[in-house]
Order: sequence, then structure tokens, then C-alpha cells
Amino acid sequence: MVHGHDALDYITLNTRTVKGGLGIARRENLEAYLFLLPWIIGFLVLTIGPILASLGLSFTDWQVGLGMNFIGLENFRLMVVEDDLFKKSLGVTFNYSLMALPAGIVVALAMALLLNQKVFGIGVFRTIYYLPAVTSGVAVAMLWAWIFNSEFGLLNWALDLINVKGPAWLLEPRWALPAFAVMSLWGAGGLMIIYLASLQAIPQNLYEAAQIDGANVARQFLHVTLPMLTPTILFNLVVGIIAVFQTFTNAYIMTAGGPNFATYFYVLHLYNNAFGYARMGYASALAWVLFVIVLVMTLAVLRTSQYWVFYSGEKE
Amino acid sequence: MSLQAPADKPQGWTFTYKTRRAVLQLAVLLVGSAVFLTPLGWMVLTSLKPTEQIFLFPPEFIPKPVEWDNYAEAWSQGEFWTYTQNSTLVAALNIAGNIFGSSLPAFAFARLRFTGRRVLFLIMLSTMMVPIWVTIVPTFLLFKFFGWNGTLLPLIVPGFFAVPFYTFLLRQYFLGISHELEDAARMDGANSLTIYFRIVMPLARPALATVAIFAFVYHWNDLITPLIYLTDEKLFTVALGLSRFRNSYRMEMSHMMAAATFALVPVLIIYFFTQRLFIQGIVLSGSKG
Repeated sequence: MVHGHDALDYITLNTRTVKGGLGIARRENLEAYLFLLPWIIGFLVLTIGPILASLGLSFTDWQVGLGMNFIGLENFRLMVVEDDLFKKSLGVTFNYSLMALPAGIVVALAMALLLNQKVFGIGVFRTIYYLPAVTSGVAVAMLWAWIFNSEFGLLNWALDLINVKGPAWLLEPRWALPAFAVMSLWGAGGLMIIYLASLQAIPQNLYEAAQIDGANVARQFLHVTLPMLTPTILFNLVVGIIAVFQTFTNAYIMTAGGPNFATYFYVLHLYNNAFGYARMGYASALAWVLFVIVLVMTLAVLRTSQYWVFYSGEKE
Repeated sequence: MSLQAPADKPQGWTFTYKTRRAVLQLAVLLVGSAVFLTPLGWMVLTSLKPTEQIFLFPPEFIPKPVEWDNYAEAWSQGEFWTYTQNSTLVAALNIAGNIFGSSLPAFAFARLRFTGRRVLFLIMLSTMMVPIWVTIVPTFLLFKFFGWNGTLLPLIVPGFFAVPFYTFLLRQYFLGISHELEDAARMDGANSLTIYFRIVMPLARPALATVAIFAFVYHWNDLITPLIYLTDEKLFTVALGLSRFRNSYRMEMSHMMAAATFALVPVLIIYFFTQRLFIQGIVLSGSKG
């Protein structure tokens, strides 16, 4: 029973709300961008700006105090053909990943399984196991340099207890990198927490179903726990490689890249070129290679995120 | 929990099995705890030893006599009081900067509707993975252009712009805050800034505390930024001062360990009192920072 009059009212009312709505939307847009300002400025000035600037610089031979010339891809040619330390540092970084990451995954997973039990005082144990993960930096590097001391260090004392003569760790090219890996296991609590969270998100009915099918503890682990954790493992692996590519403080403090470049990590080379020799052009090229490596890794994570997304959907 | 024995075992067997299992678990847990705590214990013990007791094999663990003076000597060898003040200033300003710089965009991403929200959020997420090393050279040159190098400004000012990881973390938390209070306040004519300050921020205190703790630990431990920008010892942070300690060969091991202990204590104290927030932050982000 709509009269002409009512209909007109309805229309004017409606246009008014629509107009008002647009106004509100526009206002909310403006408001939102004001809220976003700290991020937008930071993104432009401190992230994307520098990334593009270093791309530009990577095509130059700029050394502070000397001139700047455009040299095209010369820096990248130098890297591949002439700079042995570039290859060395890349090799050290990948070698270290191959040692530290699988060991870290196994240890962290074992810790998480252990700490996922209902045992008296488990909260205290979790606190202790996670503790080293919050410590980092110069103090920890100094401490471990002392622990690795070949003659009076704690580690070689412990090895001596089981009648093993420990190597000179940080002084031997062959043992310096493994020493770094041992040290990284001490901080495995950081990974452990992530596994623990993933373990606790596994639906209990999967275990119940496995038990009904007669699966023992080992089979439950192999056929339920491990498959359910694979996305976390993969994710941690890739994030781990990216983190290894930023290893600086420990190497800088404990060995300064030595002995004989055995712990010369990638960013140490970048640091030396940029702030040691002031070769800003070449350092920028190194930075871009790092960026591309990290980008490829990140894309790998996104590819695996299909599983990832599926899981979080399951949890809800 | 997940790996416990099935409950439907014969009664007597279950008892012994369970007991044995519990004892074994406890033993393994205790051994693990010893492994994780020993390095820190070794650091503290070394810091309290007289010099002649340090270079012994096998080591003597208990300092005899206990040399508290090592701390005083280490303290006076570097300008540790100055370093501590600088580190505290840098950490405090970064905590404030990170909290506001990251929560404002997080509020927009979580609670406001605007054009480009999805795209901008994805861009922000993707910058989370960009290592500091990728941007370090142009940033250094930019700050040099501003005349900031050699001052504390490069350590402080960037903190006031959003840290993508914290923005993401806070956005996740903000999403979970109920809309009822906000709707009621909007009815009463409150604008977004009021909602942000009066409703969302007070309710998000646990997440803000997590950001504050992460920011403190990060900046207290950070070596790279101070190393690159600071030249005057009067401006050194604890981490940078400590690294110079390491390079001077005259330094005694007990003094180095005393200084290292001193540098780690604030972080350890904060961890002991706020572990829940640490772990919440990691779980909330779904991954390590």
C-alpha cells in the first residue's frame, strides 16, 4: 500500500542515506590513511625507497671518497668471476644451514614432544628450555667463545668426561662452523615453542581414531603427528634459511669470520664492503643478491601456504 | 599428552608402566634442564673467580674465594654506566615508538574499512621478510645526508614508524576485540581516534606489553645498528661497549664474564616475570619473529 507520497519520501530518504554513506566512507578512508601514516612513511622512506636506491647503486662503482660511475652489471660479474670471498661466504652460509637447520629441527621437535607431556612441574621445565632463546647478542657470543675455549672451556671438559679429546673448536677451520651449529642448538627453544603450539593444535580425535585402528605410540607419531607438523617444519626451515643469511653478531664477535674464512658468513662480507672498504656500489649489489635469495625463499613459503591455510581453517 | 599410553591396558601393568615412564620422563627433563642452564651458570661462576682459578683443567666450578670485585672492576674498565644509560634511553624510546607507530596502522587494518586495505596489508606482510641488510646501505647514506650519523638518532627515529611484525601481531589481537563497545561509542558520536585511545588500546594491554618486551629485548641486544652509526664512546650502548671489551686483549676472562652477566641480567629478569607474554606473542604471530 505504497502511496505516491510515501514512495517519494522513501526515495529522498534513501538518497540522503546513500549520500551520507558515501560521506562516511570517504571520511573513514581519510581517517584510515591517517592511522596508516606511520607505516606508509616508514614503508616509503625506510623500506621500498632504500630497496630501490640500492638497486640503483648496485649498477655503480661508488666508493665513498672516490667517484661514482655507472658500470652496468659489472658488480655482478665481479661477484661471480673474481670475488672469491663472495663465493666463500655464500658457501659458508649454505653449509651452515645444512648443519644447523636439520639438527635444530630434530632437537626442537624432540624438546616439544618432551614438553608436551603432562608431568609435574612441566611449566618450570618449559621456562628453562625456552630461556636461552631470549638471550642473544654480544654477551652470549662472548660466553660461547669461552665455552669453546680449547684448553679450559666447558665443552671440552664435558667431552673429556666421556674420554673424547675435544678439538680446538673456534681455532680450527674444520670445527669452527660445527661449533656455531652446537651453539645454535642451545637456542632451539625458540623453534620448540612453535612446534609445541602446532602439537597442541592437532585434533585429539585423530589420535583416538589411530588408537582404535591399533596404532602404537611410534605409529601414531609417524602417521599422525609428523604429517600434521610438516607445514610447520617446512615453514621453519625456510624462515631458518632466511635467518641464517642474516647471521652477523656471533661471527663478528666470536671469530670475525675466521679461522681462514671458515665462518665468513654472507652479511660479514656485505658489512666489510660497505663499512670497511666504503664500497657502497658493490655492497648494494651484494644486498640485492641477498634480497633475491630471501624473496625466492619467501615465495617458497607462500607456495606451501596452501597446506598452511588449510590447517588454520581446520583449527577454527 | 598426545603420546601417552592408551588407557585400556591391564591394571597392574599400567601402574608400573606409568611409574617407570614418569620417572624416565622426569630424568630426561632434568638432564635437559641441566644442559640448558649450565652455560649461564658457567658464565656467572667464571665472573666470580679469582684470575688464577680460571685457567685450570679440569675446571674448578666453585669460586674460591668469591671475587665480587670482578664486577666493580669490569664496570670501571668500560664506561658501563654511560652505556647503560644510552641503552636504556634507546630501548625506552623504541618501546614507545614501536607501540604507537605499530598500533595506529594495526588499528586501521583491523577496525576500519578503506579502499586498498587488502592490498596494503599484503604489501606490509611481504615486507616482514626483508632483512635489515637489504636496506642498510641507502639508509646509512640517508641518515648521513641528514647529518645524523654519530648520534643516537638513527637508533631511535626509525622506531616511530611501524614495525611490520608488531603491526601484524597487534592487528591479530585487535581483530579479536568485541565490536559492541565500539558500536555503542560510535552511537554516542565517538570518532576513530577516541575508539583507538579509549577502547581498543586499553583492552589490548597484553598485546602491547608483548610488543614492549620484544622491543626491549631486541634493542637491548642489537649490535648492528650501534656498530654502524656510533663512533663516540660516550654514545655507545651496552652491546657495542661489550663488543669493544671483547676486542681488547688485556681484558681478563672473569671481567668479560662479569660484563656479559650484567648485559644479560635485564633480559633474564624480564623473561622470568613475563614469560606468558613472550609465548603469547610467538603463538599469536604463528611463527618466530
